Amino acid sequence: MLEIKNMNVHFGVIHALKGISLTVNDGEIVTLIGANGAGKTTTLRTISGLKKPTDGEILLNGRDITHTTAQERVKMGISHAPEGRRVFSTMTVLENLELGAYLRKDKENIPKDLKMVYEHFPILYDRRKQAAGTLSGGEQQMLAIGRALMGRPQILFLDEPSMGLAPLLVQEIFSIIRNINSTGTTILLVEQNASMALQIAHRAYVLETGSITLSGTGAELMQSDDIRKAYLGG
Amino acid sequence: MNKWTALAQKMSKWIILALTFIIIQLLIQVNIINDYLQATLATICINIILAVSLNLITGFTGQFSLGHAGFMSIGAYTCAIILLRMPTTWGFLAGIFGGALLAAVVGFLVGLPTLRLRGDYLAIATLGMSEIIRILFLNMEITNGAAGLSGIPRFTNWFYLFVFMIGTIIVITNFLKSSHGRACISIREDEIAAEAMGINTTRYKVTAFTIGAFCAGIAGALYAAYFYFVKPSTFGFLKSIDVLVIVVLGGMGSISGSILSAILLALISTILQDFSELRMILYALMLIIIMLFRPQGLMGSKEVSLKIFKNLLSYMPSRKEGQ
Repeated sequence: MLEIKNMNVHFGVIHALKGISLTVNDGEIVTLIGANGAGKTTTLRTISGLKKPTDGEILLNGRDITHTTAQERVKMGISHAPEGRRVFSTMTVLENLELGAYLRKDKENIPKDLKMVYEHFPILYDRRKQAAGTLSGGEQQMLAIGRALMGRPQILFLDEPSMGLAPLLVQEIFSIIRNINSTGTTILLVEQNASMALQIAHRAYVLETGSITLSGTGAELMQSDDIRKAYLGG
Repeated sequence: MNKWTALAQKMSKWIILALTFIIIQLLIQVNIINDYLQATLATICINIILAVSLNLITGFTGQFSLGHAGFMSIGAYTCAIILLRMPTTWGFLAGIFGGALLAAVVGFLVGLPTLRLRGDYLAIATLGMSEIIRILFLNMEITNGAAGLSGIPRFTNWFYLFVFMIGTIIVITNFLKSSHGRACISIREDEIAAEAMGINTTRYKVTAFTIGAFCAGIAGALYAAYFYFVKPSTFGFLKSIDVLVIVVLGGMGSISGSILSAILLALISTILQDFSELRMILYALMLIIIMLFRPQGLMGSKEVSLKIFKNLLSYMPSRKEGQ
């Protein structure tokens, strides 16, 4: 479904991504793990069009989308729940979700998708009239994911959904991510919490200072000694 | 509830507006609102148009602009130039819309490149633009340089002030209620998230900027046709700051806040006329005190609505029923 070929990204003189290539197949959960500053977020932001690559190709369903805008990519079915939740804090939960469907032309299907989001996250239904800024961190993360889902994505990008959440909540979020995937949404997940990410991922890539150093199925990487030492705490 | 009360509720907004217009018109006719107070009234209306339109740019879309005086001066000079050659009502209307359109075009052209900047950078860029416009007017022949244009016939009256003020408020509130308005507010809330939602942030920022400039142009035109003369120094950057003060004081993101604070500030400065030396000190002191106790502005991001009165009304009968 999604294919990245030899993509380079620079921030001024800093070479942030050094020719990375990766693929995400239909229906998969693919995770990108790595330390702080490895370039995980940059990868997602470049694929969703928020940052321009220096060179390389981005293919969505075989079509070259390297030179399209972020808006066009949302229309083509890429939804991005950005790092740090970034909900619209003075707007209500419902307004946030509606903005997730901003570009959609099929307005008549929106109530159905709202229902779908509320089924994944019942707490959002209870809080639908509350300002998003008053939600707890976990609820805001749920809202950020729900908002991205309202765009009816073919592929959903999740950037650090576990960031700053209590372990129990992390469990909950990850089981919901698995549910979302089982209803047919392909997911590209960026995580620092490698053990959780590898548990639910079909395949994984390890990113180190801008290059992909390892890849394999989630289970394979869980067994790898290097990974265990570097990311899973021995 | 019978159909008459339902109808009355629906119409209540318009009835209140019409009553406000008629009452003030009558007060002007019997000279309770004398010439001096009329000038204050004109200032209030013009400031409301300026503040509400700057609020769209700064309060709702979150783009810190210091260029409102520039857009206002374009409207003022356009209207003045047209009125001096064509002193009729049609000339006046042509001046208003010509000035507003020209201001909007300049806003659009300036907005396209500068709205890529954020925060302080945008403020400096818009400040620069406003100064460039002022210097142009200072050096052009048609604007008569530093002396400015005088003897502009007065066409602005309470009717035009009221119509354009209410028109501006209605257009901007409706814009904000539409999905375009939501998009603008989402840019203020979080530009990156808005972009990730597929909102064309540049387009909405430029749209808000252009609408704001258009309205500032109207305000300038009304100003020129009320106060008889325009000169470049009126539209220095202090004018932009004045408008910004109204917006911040009323509450960034509250239309009714801007209206309230425009009225309040005009009244304060009118009352303080009697303390001429202390006037600016007291005015500044009052601003400091208000900001200390209400940093979010008078209204925050809330709006006054007729619902308050409706709730009061419905509260009273229910108490009777309870007894």
